[in-house]
Amino acid sequence: MMKTCLVVDDSKVIRKVARHILETLDFAVSEAGDGQEALDACRADAPDVVLLDWNMPVMSGIEFLRALGQEEFTQRPKIIFCTTENGIAHIRAAIDAGADEYVMKPFDRETLQSKFELVGVA
Amino acid sequence: MEISDGAVRILAGLLTARTGQQLSVGRRWRVETALRPLLVRYAMPTLDLLVGKIVSGEVPQLADEAIEALLNHETFFFRDLAAFRQLETQGLGRLHAARAESKRLRVWSAGCSTGQEAYTLAMIFADRPERWAGWTIDILGTDLSPTAVARARAGRYSQFEIQRGLPIGHMLRCFDQQSDEWQASQALRDTVRFRVHNLLAVPPAGLFDVVLCRNVLLYFSADVRGLVFGRIASAMPADGLLMLGAGETVIGHTDRFVSDYECRGCYRKRVEDPRPALAPIADES
Repeated sequence: MMKTCLVVDDSKVIRKVARHILETLDFAVSEAGDGQEALDACRADAPDVVLLDWNMPVMSGIEFLRALGQEEFTQRPKIIFCTTENGIAHIRAAIDAGADEYVMKPFDRETLQSKFELVGVA
Repeated sequence: MEISDGAVRILAGLLTARTGQQLSVGRRWRVETALRPLLVRYAMPTLDLLVGKIVSGEVPQLADEAIEALLNHETFFFRDLAAFRQLETQGLGRLHAARAESKRLRVWSAGCSTGQEAYTLAMIFADRPERWAGWTIDILGTDLSPTAVARARAGRYSQFEIQRGLPIGHMLRCFDQQSDEWQASQALRDTVRFRVHNLLAVPPAGLFDVVLCRNVLLYFSADVRGLVFGRIASAMPADGLLMLGAGETVIGHTDRFVSDYECRGCYRKRVEDPRPALAPIADES
């Protein structure tokens, strides 16, 4: 069965690029434009993994992570933070909030693939 | 910017003579891209002219620089994660038991490029302090390229390089952020040595319990590959482990190694060397 990935980013371009890469990695891809949309999507049908942007309108990546932590899942989605923020403080904050991995933009297919392997959804 | 067939043949000959590597049809396309920075640096209009300068010896360092540019330095941390997990659980577990008395292990990352593989090994050992406390672990990374070895020693990686394969926890624990780069911590760098070495030459002194030679042998001809396998075998004890790249195998390339069925993806020296035995020495008693 195909693994599922929810791409959460307010940039259509980033979502498009990520979708293209993910489809070459045999993921079934869905998209959300902010944290609230992503939370609704996870409640409806939790994906295997979420590729999560940091700065978004309505609900940021960190807020999404905290809200997700309050939800009950049979199998909690793995979370890969995917942002331009590369400071240690940001990275630690994401990990502390429950992210499983962190990838800094720009990224390529191999980098994303390696992150999926690390969280066990490759 | 195109290059003539004759110039490619000259470069291929130079590459093989210096490194043993072949410039296969699959890599030929890289020549033009790889050498373009040299054209800019030396203000030369064509690649054929650049090759002409190499042949004439007018610019002594140009041949070295061209070879350096043609080498593939592609590597990343924990490349083939499943293979490293096998090595850690099965391979190193077995060697831990086998070397329990001496508490010494030597590891050779042969063709280590810019060092990510050697540092990966260092982190694997560091992850299990309870297992390796009191052990002497010697990790040596070697590469043909002085530039790559210098980068490996510095342990500095761009943002792009640092996150290729490296778990975020390891990045935070083992690397220090320095502006846009990340440098391996002093503690990590202290556990790994690097030196320039050509795989065609006699191996570094001593025996290595684990040898990683990954995604390197594919660039060699069958004859050279056989020679390198022999060199590596001569540098390993009978129960040592050889780890190749994900798409590489010993089958059909050498009779010195066999698959290690306890550690998938790794190879061991063949117990009974199938080569003809040397003539027996006459018993003088």
